[in-house]
Amino acid sequence: MFSEWAWLIPALPALSVLIIVFSGRALPWKGAEVGIVALLASLGLSLGVAWEVFSHNAGVTQGIGPAGDADAAPAGAEAFLLERGLTLTPLGGDLAVELGMRVDGLAAMMFVLVTAVSLMVHIYSTGYMHGDARYTYFFALLSLFSFSMLLLVIASDLLVLLVGWELVGICSYLLIGFWWEDKHNQDASIKAFLTTKLGDVGLVVGIMALAGMFGTFSIQGVLDGVAAGDHSQALLTFALLALILGAVGKSAQFPLHTWLPDAMAGPTPVSALIHAATMVTAGVFIVARLFPAYQAAPVAQGTLAIIGAITLVMAGLLALVQTDLKRVLAYSTVSQLGYMMAALSFSYVAGVFHLFTHGFFKALLFLGAGSVIHAAHSNHMTEMGGLRRVMPVTFWTFLAGSLALIAIPPLAGFWSKDEILVAALEAGGYTGTVVLVLGALGGLITAFYMTRALYLVFAGEFRGHGHPHESEPAMTAPLIALAIPAVAIGWINLPFPALQPLSLSSWVMFDVDYWVANPVELNAVIAVIATVLALAGVLAARAIYREAPERDPLLHLGLLTHVLQRRYYLDDLYTDLIARTAVRDKLAPAAVWFSDRVLDGAVYWSGRGTYELGQGLYATGDQRGIDGAVNGLGLSALWSGARMRLAQSGNVQLYAGALFIGVFVLAVVFASGA
Amino acid sequence: MSIPDLFMLGAFVLGGAAALLVVTARNVVHAALYLVIALVAVAASFLWMGAEFLAWAQVLVYVGAVVVLILFGLMLTRAPIGPMAQHNENRKFAVAVSGGLFVLLVTVIVATFGDATVDVTPVRVADLGEVLYVQWAFPFMVLGFLLTVSLIGALVLARREEGEGPLPDDTDEGSDQGLEDAAQEPGPSDVTSAPGAGDAGQQIGAP
Amino acid sequence: MQAVFPLTFAALLFSAGVYGVLSRRNAVLVLMSVELMLAAVTVNLVAFHGLVASEAGDPLLSGQVFALFVMGIGAAEVGVGLAIVLLLYRNRATVNVDDADLMKY
Repeated sequence: MFSEWAWLIPALPALSVLIIVFSGRALPWKGAEVGIVALLASLGLSLGVAWEVFSHNAGVTQGIGPAGDADAAPAGAEAFLLERGLTLTPLGGDLAVELGMRVDGLAAMMFVLVTAVSLMVHIYSTGYMHGDARYTYFFALLSLFSFSMLLLVIASDLLVLLVGWELVGICSYLLIGFWWEDKHNQDASIKAFLTTKLGDVGLVVGIMALAGMFGTFSIQGVLDGVAAGDHSQALLTFALLALILGAVGKSAQFPLHTWLPDAMAGPTPVSALIHAATMVTAGVFIVARLFPAYQAAPVAQGTLAIIGAITLVMAGLLALVQTDLKRVLAYSTVSQLGYMMAALSFSYVAGVFHLFTHGFFKALLFLGAGSVIHAAHSNHMTEMGGLRRVMPVTFWTFLAGSLALIAIPPLAGFWSKDEILVAALEAGGYTGTVVLVLGALGGLITAFYMTRALYLVFAGEFRGHGHPHESEPAMTAPLIALAIPAVAIGWINLPFPALQPLSLSSWVMFDVDYWVANPVELNAVIAVIATVLALAGVLAARAIYREAPERDPLLHLGLLTHVLQRRYYLDDLYTDLIARTAVRDKLAPAAVWFSDRVLDGAVYWSGRGTYELGQGLYATGDQRGIDGAVNGLGLSALWSGARMRLAQSGNVQLYAGALFIGVFVLAVVFASGA
Repeated sequence: MSIPDLFMLGAFVLGGAAALLVVTARNVVHAALYLVIALVAVAASFLWMGAEFLAWAQVLVYVGAVVVLILFGLMLTRAPIGPMAQHNENRKFAVAVSGGLFVLLVTVIVATFGDATVDVTPVRVADLGEVLYVQWAFPFMVLGFLLTVSLIGALVLARREEGEGPLPDDTDEGSDQGLEDAAQEPGPSDVTSAPGAGDAGQQIGAP
Repeated sequence: MQAVFPLTFAALLFSAGVYGVLSRRNAVLVLMSVELMLAAVTVNLVAFHGLVASEAGDPLLSGQVFALFVMGIGAAEVGVGLAIVLLLYRNRATVNVDDADLMKY
């Protein structure tokens, strides 16, 4: 019932964009109210859809019983899937494009996440962006972004998903560079756009390869084609690897992660919405959408693990040496996205669950950071400190988010991160072991840098200028609102078999058989070890930073610090070596030369050549040849006439003589003839 | 070969020699007189070949009238008296053509008529007259008509118009008057008289 | 009598006449040469009459009659020819055929 109207979920923000663009400025809240109302409606509808999907799927899984008895499933029971749409064949013939929606558990989950976080960000922004010259424009962009992300989620067709994907890219570009008067922000937005665009090359190639293989762009068509099985394994792996490239770009995985920390140049609500909870999860989302395909291509799935593992450790280490609070959170996001990618290599539910929980508590952390930055008028933790006393709401909510991130039980992050480690353990093999080890290590690092941030921001004495104070209710209310899921949302997927049919795993179930075969389990050993590591990290950081937060030993570790601060020299590699030296100084001039000399030259010389040919033809062919022939005819007539007139000597006797010769000849002829 | 034949051969030789002399004589009057001899030899050959009437008609017409006419013509056109070169630059050409023609003719004659004989029985004048006036009456009339017409024609051509002056070289530069005469005449002539006058002057005294 | 002789005689006269026509300068002399040619033709005609008469006979006496006609025409031609020569002399004050070259190119 609700799901029939699911198309309204992206449509309402789209409508709000139009209203804000055309009449936002005239409204009392300058357009913000339109966005908030639209998102509120979308959220309501999303919850309705979520409820519908959940109740259906739970009905199915409850019929099966806890984790096991596949035969007990009601015959013909399927996971919830609603597809509606218009099929267009713009090119006629075989290739069809579906403008439609695909509502299943994963989509429902994403709806809730996106609309909820977006709504919180809208409310937060009324406070944070208050007084900004482009306030209405900001809200228009927020609504546009919400529409784009929801479009991406709801799409039943890979092409429509691509449209949504590119739209969120544009919104990201516009929002990062929102304060474009500062060139630094412009550079950051361009960097973000181009880096993700590089990944988009892979995405497009992958989509085209899939469409080519299965003859359709629709997701269901692709999944059916994969299930049918008569496709080239190599080609499928290639297509999925190409899609992974797109995901790597959008979700800021290694090696295309460099744009995300720089994207922090945008307003903090933007960071919270786009670069924590939604846009960056698009990459994870597309992998999850095509999960059955990835199951059929183990090489691609294994690649996910490797990329995720590398990213999560690498980014975690980078977060250790940041002094900018938002950058700490940015690297943390990159790291957590690495967890999600690695998780999808082993378990659908693990990855999706972590996506869901992370969205909430990372958004919370960013909004809290925004509140802190707003108060301290600086991004740098070196100019903060002691804010616990003056900003209690911010402090407690931030603490809740941090604990969730650090994965302290029973907060949300614990359950989802633990899930990942368990899945890695169960998968085993080379990739499983790597992810397990690095994931656990990552937990330690995460704990350390988040505790460090906590101490640097909230403990000790205020090291900055001015008098910080708590933020206005418009900003603190969303913090409180988000703190609730940060704490509690993990409880919807507790790894106890009895609760499984009523948990998130059942909610996002895409295939009953898969659900039955992959139950969520609790592994006490892993849980304990992970928690121990996390606590170890917390305590270590506490020990270092509690007393004198400003004296940061991490910044004085010589070479290690240097490498980390230079971000493994990757930025230098990309910017200087690749972008500047190779492309700008070598490739681009070469391309220009080629275009000017070779291509333009070819055109020019073909024209010039034709001209010269024409000239030459005219000179020789026409002037000499044809005119010569014509003139020659006349001249030859003159010449022959001049020669022949010599016979007219005027000498009459000569004429007579000629006559006689003629007679002579005739006589001879007659004589011989006769 | 009988005596008449010998006479005939003699007539042929004489006639041939005279003909050659006609065309090679330096003195125009001598040429005219040689012509007389040649024509008389022709008449003799007619006699021998049995065409008596023709022989006398030949003498009458040609020797009697034509040669006289020619002599008058020589006189009226102030033909140079005395020997002078009478041949022009066509000489070699003329020799070639006439020589070739002669050779050809002789060859053909000998080849074709080498064995033939001529019947020399004389034709009676009465028979000739009868044939002429009965069978050939119409051509004969036409011939008479032709002669009349040519007579009139010659008269008309040679007539001098009223007001024409004396013959051009009564005076030494008579060319101007000759020009004026020429301009007034309805003749088919166009102009430059200077070469003509000069030549006329040269002709008189030139070698 | 052999036919060769009169015919050869005629050929000789004719050739001489041709030579004279082609090479003589004085127009009257040219006329004389033409007369020679006509005479040759006449001889030829008479000789052929004899030839024909010896073979088959000719009641029309064509050969001699033709010769007569030729003589008549020759006379007429001489008359007109001389008239023209006189006219030429009157206009050009010369009867040198080399000077009658207005038709030269």
